[in-house]
Amino acid sequence: MFDWIIKLADWLVYNVLHLEQGKHLSNALHFFIYDTIKILLLLLVVIFLMGIVNSYFPVEKVRNFLSRHKLYGFEYLIASLFGVVTPFCSCSSVPLFIGFVRGGIPLGVTFAFLITSPLVNEVAIGLFIGLFGLKITLIYVISGVILGMTAGIILSKFKLERFLTPWVKEILANAEKESNTFEAENTPFSKRLPIIWAEVLKILKGVVPYVIVGIAIGGLMHGYIPEGFFEKYMRKDNLFAVPLATLLAVPMYSNASGVLPVVQVLVSKGIPLGTAIAFMMGVVGLSLPEGMLLKKVMTIKLIGIFFGVVTLCIILSGYLFNIIL
Amino acid sequence: MKNIKILGTGCPKCKQTTALVEALVKETGVEATIEKVEDIMDIMQYNIMATPAVVIDEKVAIKGRVPTRSELLELLG
Repeated sequence: MFDWIIKLADWLVYNVLHLEQGKHLSNALHFFIYDTIKILLLLLVVIFLMGIVNSYFPVEKVRNFLSRHKLYGFEYLIASLFGVVTPFCSCSSVPLFIGFVRGGIPLGVTFAFLITSPLVNEVAIGLFIGLFGLKITLIYVISGVILGMTAGIILSKFKLERFLTPWVKEILANAEKESNTFEAENTPFSKRLPIIWAEVLKILKGVVPYVIVGIAIGGLMHGYIPEGFFEKYMRKDNLFAVPLATLLAVPMYSNASGVLPVVQVLVSKGIPLGTAIAFMMGVVGLSLPEGMLLKKVMTIKLIGIFFGVVTLCIILSGYLFNIIL
Repeated sequence: MKNIKILGTGCPKCKQTTALVEALVKETGVEATIEKVEDIMDIMQYNIMATPAVVIDEKVAIKGRVPTRSELLELLG
């Protein structure tokens, strides 16, 4: 499927730049050109497809569905699944949270959505397919859904309502099942398309610099770190590797698109995949700045519990992957 | 006289939206007041779940994204 990119990279490196085949520099450049084009194309496709889904599946629809239907325990799974198809910008987490609370959706279910939505987003999926292939992408997505669901269920056991800020408690007291029906916008596809496309370009523009820098760094490391280098330090049976990787990852957020290409190289040099996935989930799913935004609606204690439970779940899934993969 | 409100807590997308609205109002010469609503409690009055949002004469016109130029022109017109 990507043969033509290899040919294009061949042509650019050997014919246009007249570099000799098999040399270190030409190999690195070839790798860089191939990876960059492939990943940017995949990102374009995935972001575009998600944009279409999201245009017909706005978050209001999700809220109304969860608010109006009795789901007999499945609401955590469904909220988590919705999180996959409804990406949101972290700056919207507060209005989103309030919107869910106002619709009478239990806190645990809201958390399930809030965890999965950033964890499994269009940029992460595009990068994952490009860097790790379809199988690992699927594993990442499915474990992201399960993780959001599990953490949501655990969080629901804590009786967290008491840790909300006073004005949110007031909203909670006045919460009602969504009665106004969702006004379905009957915008035809031809009118949605330019809007979706504009959004795709905006997202791409935001991540392209990070992706390119990430691939460049990855390419350099690829050449200089010997094969199996990390196996010495980060063996699967090293119990501290997974928690350490996760804790390192939480403060990194904005550079997720730059970090993933580097992680891919680390995996190829011997870091166990479970440890790497835990690291990536920490990078993509949890961010301290986002946590601080939530201060408007939650007490520090609740933010702490929220982050603690998610971190714990990420660590557990890291161990799990190292056992089964 | 139109009343335009831009709802958002100050994220980059909200700033882009404000800049775009200001530029287009100037360009078209439409008479309008532009107001930035940054307090989350005020924002929630409009029952939106994603920012930025553009409210024109108390009606939510755009929510959850930066509007395109042509969209805004239509709304202003």
